[in-house]
Amino acid sequence: MFDDFFIRALVAGIGIALVTGPLGCFVVWRRLSYFGDTLAHSALLGVTMAYSFDLNIALSVFIISSAIALILIQLQKKTNLPGDALLGLLAHSSLAVGLVVIGFLTFIRFDIMGLLFGDILAVNTNDIFTIWAGGTIILIVLKLIWKPLFASTVNYELAEAEGLNPDRAKAIFTILMAAVIAISIKMVGLLLITGMLIIPAAMARNISDSPQKMVFYSIIGGLLSVIIGLYSSLEFNTSSGPSIIVAALALFILSLLNIKQSIKLKN
Amino acid sequence: MNSNNILVKLNNAGFRQNGKWLVEGVSLNVEKGKIVTLIGPNGSGKSTTAKIALGIYKNIEGSVEKYTNKVGYVPQKISIDWTLPLRVHDFMTLTENIKDNEINEALTLTGVLNLKNKNLGNLSGGEFQRVLLARAISKKPELLVLDEPVQGVDYTGEIALYELIKKISDTLNCGILLISHDLHTVMTATDYVVCLNGHVCCSGSPHDVAKNNEYKTLFGEQASQILSVYEHKHDHVHSDEGNIKKN
Repeated sequence: MFDDFFIRALVAGIGIALVTGPLGCFVVWRRLSYFGDTLAHSALLGVTMAYSFDLNIALSVFIISSAIALILIQLQKKTNLPGDALLGLLAHSSLAVGLVVIGFLTFIRFDIMGLLFGDILAVNTNDIFTIWAGGTIILIVLKLIWKPLFASTVNYELAEAEGLNPDRAKAIFTILMAAVIAISIKMVGLLLITGMLIIPAAMARNISDSPQKMVFYSIIGGLLSVIIGLYSSLEFNTSSGPSIIVAALALFILSLLNIKQSIKLKN
Repeated sequence: MNSNNILVKLNNAGFRQNGKWLVEGVSLNVEKGKIVTLIGPNGSGKSTTAKIALGIYKNIEGSVEKYTNKVGYVPQKISIDWTLPLRVHDFMTLTENIKDNEINEALTLTGVLNLKNKNLGNLSGGEFQRVLLARAISKKPELLVLDEPVQGVDYTGEIALYELIKKISDTLNCGILLISHDLHTVMTATDYVVCLNGHVCCSGSPHDVAKNNEYKTLFGEQASQILSVYEHKHDHVHSDEGNIKKN
């Protein structure tokens, strides 16, 4: 069934879109897009670790990204630097360390472009399993922490006062972010994963008036982006990651038409 | 006093931020069916005390004992981010799943049922305040913490909402920790008053507090006109730096 590389890419991409849709809404609501970027940059280090020690790529990326998230939390507590400076520090230094390590691994031929921008040819049956199994777990966990996470996104103190334990939900969500990056890195590429999280969610915001609708449209937007993106990647021989993101951007631009109308209605 | 009725108990509680005490040495009990009101000037630690009672502040001095998890909270300031599309009825079920008829009931009580499907971002300050109060009472809490719950509400609405708060305390038999600037309400609807100014200046029944000179010093002539207050001895004065000097 998965003999054809294109079918494999499609099945993998659909799995990713189902997960990035709801997660992406929280990334937009909680203003975590730069945080997502930092985790994604650190994924390069995870990939090099995987090659160096012959580990599963997704697992290795997940471990490194989670470690970077923990380091960030520690740095936020111990230094007086603003959050965005710390994020930049971690993003660029982990990317640089990853690239330097690649330089040392002369015995392995790396497809850097594939790593940065995604490669549909690289998706194998194993990856499909990782994406769908990992994605299912991510969605189940997200469903379990939905109430406290959503409540604390609206207002931290209300959630804390009314006994929802928002700190725990936030910590779990951070791990989910690392996990979604780990399962989608091969397909979308590390430079563009955050785009896959935020662009469909941003599009959905323009056409939604409730959180549930926004999650729903965000999933639909992600699915359409993957399908349109992969077909055009095949058609025009472009990298899969950028093609998917360009498709997402096109949907976002279309959604702006809706915003213009509703602003007119208000005035 | 039956200790089984206590919902939250503060023992000599205080909170320090960046080396500065926001409030210290507060002891109070909120019991079932009783309204405890915190009064005091700006920056006297009223909201801080409420947040200590709610467990929002973690590294506190002293201790808090909380005997209920059914809590409703109306914060003084709430900033909602409009990157979130949120309608009034989404907000009502924020921390607990509440049945639709209970949502309607609570919104009717605070007079904003017509706003149920409106976007939160389109509400006026007073309307939003009514929604906040409706949300807090709709979950039928055992403990209600209301931090200036009627700010921005029109005059007649204010009176009606205070009557509602009193009624809720009776019908739900819940304990209420109320922060208010409206001394009329405080003195008529409250069971126990705590007057704060970085520490507890005086506390007791409204009648006792009104007679207290500390109270009079803090609230001045107007407060004295509202209530018949008689003079008694200062035992300490507050300097401009906020220090307390014993006489």
